[in-house]
Amino acid sequence: MSISDTALRTIPNRLHSRGYRLIRSWEVLLLGVAILIFFANTQASPYFLDPWNLSDASFNFTEKAMIAFAMALLIITGEIDLSVAGIIALSSTAMGYALQLGAGTPTLVLIGLSVGVLCGAFNGVLITKMGLPSIVVTIGTMSLFRGIAYIVLGDQAFNGYPSDFSVFGRGYAFGVITWEIVIFVVLAIGFGVLLHLTNFGRKLYVIGNNPTAALFSGVKVQRTKMILFLLTGLMSGLAAVCLTSRLGSTRPSIALGWELEVVTMVVLGGISILGGSGTIVGVVIAALVMGMVTFGLGLLNVPGIVMSIFIGGLLIGVIALPRLIGLIAAQRKR
Amino acid sequence: MLKRLKSRETILLGAIIALIALVETRFSGFAAPGNLASIFNDTSILMILALGQMTVILTKCIDLSVASNLALTGMVVATINAAMPGMPVAVLILIAIALGMLMGAFNGVLVWLLDLPSIVVTLGTMTIYRGVIFLISDGAWINAHEMSDGFKALPRHVILGLPVLGWIAILVIALFVPLIMRTPMGRAFYAVGGNPHAAVYTGINVGRTRFNSFVLSGGLAGLCGYLWVSRYAVAYTDVAGGFELDVVAACVIGGISIAGGIGSVGGAVLGALFLGVIKNALPVAGISPFWQLAISGAAIIIAVAFNAQSERTKGRVILKSAETTS
Repeated sequence: MSISDTALRTIPNRLHSRGYRLIRSWEVLLLGVAILIFFANTQASPYFLDPWNLSDASFNFTEKAMIAFAMALLIITGEIDLSVAGIIALSSTAMGYALQLGAGTPTLVLIGLSVGVLCGAFNGVLITKMGLPSIVVTIGTMSLFRGIAYIVLGDQAFNGYPSDFSVFGRGYAFGVITWEIVIFVVLAIGFGVLLHLTNFGRKLYVIGNNPTAALFSGVKVQRTKMILFLLTGLMSGLAAVCLTSRLGSTRPSIALGWELEVVTMVVLGGISILGGSGTIVGVVIAALVMGMVTFGLGLLNVPGIVMSIFIGGLLIGVIALPRLIGLIAAQRKR
Repeated sequence: MLKRLKSRETILLGAIIALIALVETRFSGFAAPGNLASIFNDTSILMILALGQMTVILTKCIDLSVASNLALTGMVVATINAAMPGMPVAVLILIAIALGMLMGAFNGVLVWLLDLPSIVVTLGTMTIYRGVIFLISDGAWINAHEMSDGFKALPRHVILGLPVLGWIAILVIALFVPLIMRTPMGRAFYAVGGNPHAAVYTGINVGRTRFNSFVLSGGLAGLCGYLWVSRYAVAYTDVAGGFELDVVAACVIGGISIAGGIGSVGGAVLGALFLGVIKNALPVAGISPFWQLAISGAAIIIAVAFNAQSERTKGRVILKSAETTS
């Protein structure tokens, strides 16, 4: 936790209230929830603890978490990218198209990643160069990117990815550990270092707390945001490679609604949606919590749409609860 | 200011007329009065929702839950109608509006009392409301033969060449103009969005005004829930999936600033009509319906870029690069 966690808005009088302390220990609280869900799951279903099942279940969150790390940095600076699922659709479609032209695995991966970066650049230019609000721009590009996928594919699908391409989504690095888990861990460490131990990471908090002050202190605000949009695009491209490889086919409806789950993961991880605070550790634990909840409910045969009620409730609950407790605490003080 | 708003609507109206004329030159009959009335009728629900969304956006918020709200109220009234065919349609409409307002109020309370960002709240309630439909219906459809005749007939009943659905849209628009321009509540939407701090000092409760806008938007979504389900004579979980984007697009195209405080009833209506004309022109021009999503997306981006150009403040720029930051 760092100084910038005390967002400007929360400074007066609330420093020692219960709500504040709760937010301070958000990661600890979340870890407790994670452990609780873990044990609840082991009690609810005898199949939960099987290492191969757990390894399979990790697909629930690894791909989304890749995007969530980049999204966390973006939300810390006060921006948002709702087009990530659209980027996955377009990037996957581009890979499928290249496949029809006879591209091999390395080319496919390169195309997937670069389409992601291009989409990120498109968002970034509109938002940082033209000064447009990121919410509307990315709502627009969310339809635009997926719309292009629909134009290319219609009701068709791209199939027949080469067998060596499937290693990203289905391959095992060693034992039960999949390559996706390896990528997840490497990215978690990488993003953690970037956010918490580098100059660049400190600047993100400054921008999130006060963009004007950041600008006057010599932080290149627009350029930093541009880098983050590129990074989010790249991570979406990476997620597209993993997801396409795992599914072995591309449909235009691929990853539909993922932007919601990614944002939920980030907010659940304790990143303030208003910008300026949060940690990567929180996002990692939130990813585990969401993965376990969906896997556990899946084992109990709960349909996907009911799980989405859970996710939606979780999203509102985690941001409403600290405020509610803070409000009650403030009332009591009076 | 008034001049600029006026010109925006004139441009949009010109664009719509040009679009209709363009399609007419290639495919005659598109601009026939009957077809125009049917386009207007097709766009009615979008116009009504865009007006509700406009009040929310005016106060610097956004309501992404409207389509789920519509689908849930639609499913509820269809279920009631299937179970109790004797219940008058007027009562069902009141139930739909009340239920919609209740769901809007839930969004509004979270935004008002807990001061939560509206985008997160409505992103969450969007999935929750949608999921509740599945819980109520158990994934089943309610089809035309399960609905009573009166339930289905109302929006399609033609008066003076226009179905009742279209007349309801006209009625809502007619009520909205004085509501927005002449009542304290309507003016408060602009005040809150234009400058929340100044609004507080003039005695406006910012949170409460936002709450009002969410209730208004929710109530209209509830009304549309009945209209949608009865017009298409079917209710299922995915009714109007993704329609919230069309609603936001209509507002943005209509010149309603996402930063709040700028926009007009005419703009929202014309923005919706613009999308409606495109939607109706695509099949006529033989373009695959798969293009529609990309076109809506592109329209949002172009419109928001256009809005930013006309809204750019003329104030003195002290630090060159600071202009785009704030």
